Amino acid sequence: MRLSEHRYSTVRSVQGPLIFVERVIDARMGEVVSIEFPDGRRGEGEVLKIDRGVVLIQIVGESRGLDVERSGVVFTDAVKKAPLGLDVIGRVFDGSFTPLDGQPMFVPERWTSIAGPPLNPVARAGPADPIETGVSAIDGLNTLVRGQKLPLFSAAGLPAKEIAAGILEHARGAGGSFAVVFVALGLTYHEYAFYREALTRTGSDVVAFINLAKDPVVERLLAPRFGLTVAEYLAFEHGRDVLVLITDMTNYCDALREVSTAREELPGRRGYPGYMFSDLASLYERAARIKDLPGSVTLLPVVTMPDDDITHPIPDLTGYITEGQIVLSRELHQRGIFPPVDVLPSLSRLMQRGIGDGRTRADHRQIANAIYAHYARGRDLRRLEAIVGRDGMNATDTRLLDFADAFEREIVHQGAEPRTMTDTLDRSRALLGRFELTLS
Amino acid sequence: MSGRIIGISGPTVSVEAAGLKLYERVVIGDARLTGEVVRLERSRAIVQVYEGTRGLRAGEPVQPTGTELTVRLGPGLLGRMFDGLQRPLLQIREEQGPFIRAGGAPPAVGEGPEWHDWPVRVPRPYRTKVSTLEPLITGQRAIDFLFPLAKGGTAIFPGGFGTGKTLLEQSIAKFGDVDVVVYVGCGERGNEMAEMIEEFAALRDRGTGRPLMDRTVVVVNTSNMPVAAREASIYTAVTMAEYFRDQGKHVLLLADSLSRWAEALREISSALEEMPGEEGYPTYLASRLAEFFARAGTVETLDGRIGSLTLMLSVSPAGGDFTEPVTQACLRSAGALFMLDTALAHRRHFPAIDWFRSFSLYESGIVGHFDRRIAADWSTRRQQVRTLLQQEARLREVAEIVGTEGLQEADRHVMDVAEQIRRRFLMQNAYTEDAYSPPEHTYRRIVDILDARA
Repeated sequence: MRLSEHRYSTVRSVQGPLIFVERVIDARMGEVVSIEFPDGRRGEGEVLKIDRGVVLIQIVGESRGLDVERSGVVFTDAVKKAPLGLDVIGRVFDGSFTPLDGQPMFVPERWTSIAGPPLNPVARAGPADPIETGVSAIDGLNTLVRGQKLPLFSAAGLPAKEIAAGILEHARGAGGSFAVVFVALGLTYHEYAFYREALTRTGSDVVAFINLAKDPVVERLLAPRFGLTVAEYLAFEHGRDVLVLITDMTNYCDALREVSTAREELPGRRGYPGYMFSDLASLYERAARIKDLPGSVTLLPVVTMPDDDITHPIPDLTGYITEGQIVLSRELHQRGIFPPVDVLPSLSRLMQRGIGDGRTRADHRQIANAIYAHYARGRDLRRLEAIVGRDGMNATDTRLLDFADAFEREIVHQGAEPRTMTDTLDRSRALLGRFELTLS
Repeated sequence: MSGRIIGISGPTVSVEAAGLKLYERVVIGDARLTGEVVRLERSRAIVQVYEGTRGLRAGEPVQPTGTELTVRLGPGLLGRMFDGLQRPLLQIREEQGPFIRAGGAPPAVGEGPEWHDWPVRVPRPYRTKVSTLEPLITGQRAIDFLFPLAKGGTAIFPGGFGTGKTLLEQSIAKFGDVDVVVYVGCGERGNEMAEMIEEFAALRDRGTGRPLMDRTVVVVNTSNMPVAAREASIYTAVTMAEYFRDQGKHVLLLADSLSRWAEALREISSALEEMPGEEGYPTYLASRLAEFFARAGTVETLDGRIGSLTLMLSVSPAGGDFTEPVTQACLRSAGALFMLDTALAHRRHFPAIDWFRSFSLYESGIVGHFDRRIAADWSTRRQQVRTLLQQEARLREVAEIVGTEGLQEADRHVMDVAEQIRRRFLMQNAYTEDAYSPPEHTYRRIVDILDARA
């Protein structure tokens, strides 16, 4: 413990969101610093690296106007913490936890570190309860489970936000409605306005952290950590089921890359830092249920695949951490199917634990397996049809072709109307019956 | 004798302390974090810290311990769950609650003469390696029949995400015919580990009827746990595995995933500002992997017993691209490759083992075992199946152009049988009774399919 604040005016260099300060005595890793601008403004920063007396600081917010001669840095001896309290509900904050809704800051019950210590794997409760999202392609075939992290893999121009907003609005679990933590990262104002509208419609308790495209890049790295810290508080201290929507993780990763490059770190694939996997894991793995505690944190990140490429490092590393993915398809979107979920590359790893008798319905697994098998065959046969034409195919094959079409038009496509789990399963079963396809 | 912290960068800390030795374990800071000296310079030492360095302050004390990073060996390991540094997770939960705080932890097992400590990076000694080949039955038809694995062998299974690596590893951990299983969840998902732990506690071993956990040691360092401990976790696990091998047991070590270990190595190397090799991995990646693979084998122990240690390691190639450095480095050492294919996984063909690109270098030595023990024509049948699958691939290309209707009757028949082989033989549902297929059953099933053809 230091007895007082330490103030230094030994700034050595400033580059983008980073400053180096020299001759610092005993800085703390992750320590919060207050930065005094020459014009009297104050900013905040965090210690990223210590090398003898030289300390690298990442500035949160605007770095314009800093200089080497007159700027000052005050070390606070504390690491970044988030204020917590039930009054956080219903509020809107920016990426440094400052209210954006014109109301004064609430009085916190306490402060807690935003880094989030890892959950002991033996304290995790196995995921089991399904969440009804209202989307047939998810509920029927890629069921979301409480405590799961399931990203939406989208691409430029695809309606990810409409789907995400629909899920926020309609998601229901066994215990009723969810509290929602919404984290906007690098969104345009237009996108944010859309979500704001949707969030008011949910009628749930909402906490929002908004970092728009114009806002500081470093806050993009903080906002999801604030969001998750609040989500864990609501879930594990107040027993709430919390749905966390983070959009767009691609902007998060680009911010990570920007800061890493400024630090002159060695770039990995496509310039993203080598620690991006661990960094993403430190966010995604906070989705959880805990043994002997009510409440859950379920995570729905939106990832925009650059150039529709699922092997791009962002969707790739995400897919290696999350428990499956919901993949949107440009082709289905162009055919007017909404939501354009391509069920073949989509996957919910925890589905097996969330469906069946007592959870959804006894025949759920059989229906899902049958739909998958027949739809996959139908999709394969489309390539054959393109070469030999429909006339060159036998009756079994043409029936599967028609089934694949009908599945996309009638089950995947549902427009803006939510469907109940029962409705999804009934329709799927009826469709299989209509094509005389058996449950496997 | 103690020193102090002079620098902190990610998972590494530089310290001023006299008399430190390379790979010596040190205690870092007021929070008493565990670290290991990874580089020595004249004026400072660099320490890889196995816990989060956030909140650590320059100037805090550093305490040398005089020993290397060790694990404690002795009774009481089986049925337990440890983190990457062999700290007991259940006790940590009892003492600290659901979240893991950095700093001290209770001892792994007990204190006393029954136990001894062994440095994790040093292979345990044995009298000699022996080269007899005995099959390790996994209960997976695609492996046992097409690409059999030997006890004491090494296998890797690379596959993109969603190809079923974890599920396959867990199936083998349940059903593999070995005495002890050491399972390392290295940088993987917490929920999956929780599921596995629950399931293993409930399941019983097929052979002994005892709870499956009684023959299992779990080492788990999920992706959000400290990265340096992830690097150490596979060594912690392999050292415990060798300890059981030295008792004349057949031991299987399953690691999921080796890529996460390699990434941890890369992260630490980058924090040390080492010159990077391919894709940013340190140039010693391949030699470290080779050393690790070399810890597998069937041995005559110091007291003359025969024990074996088999390694099965999953690899998660970035972007599903098998040309990446980790897959390629593993391929130089691995005795068997089970290549998991994304296209098969999308069609829900599990296990998604690609029958054209996978191989087993043990097959010539092992197939004979099955001929003697299960059925004399095991290897003949096996060749028949491989031929049929190859014919099918060729015919499929033709059918893409002319349609199945345009094929000759005999060729259509080949395609039908091959489809039966794929659907009823190679596919195996891990959630049903079929999750384990003993060799007798595997044989009967393939004979049924092949003979129905005539």
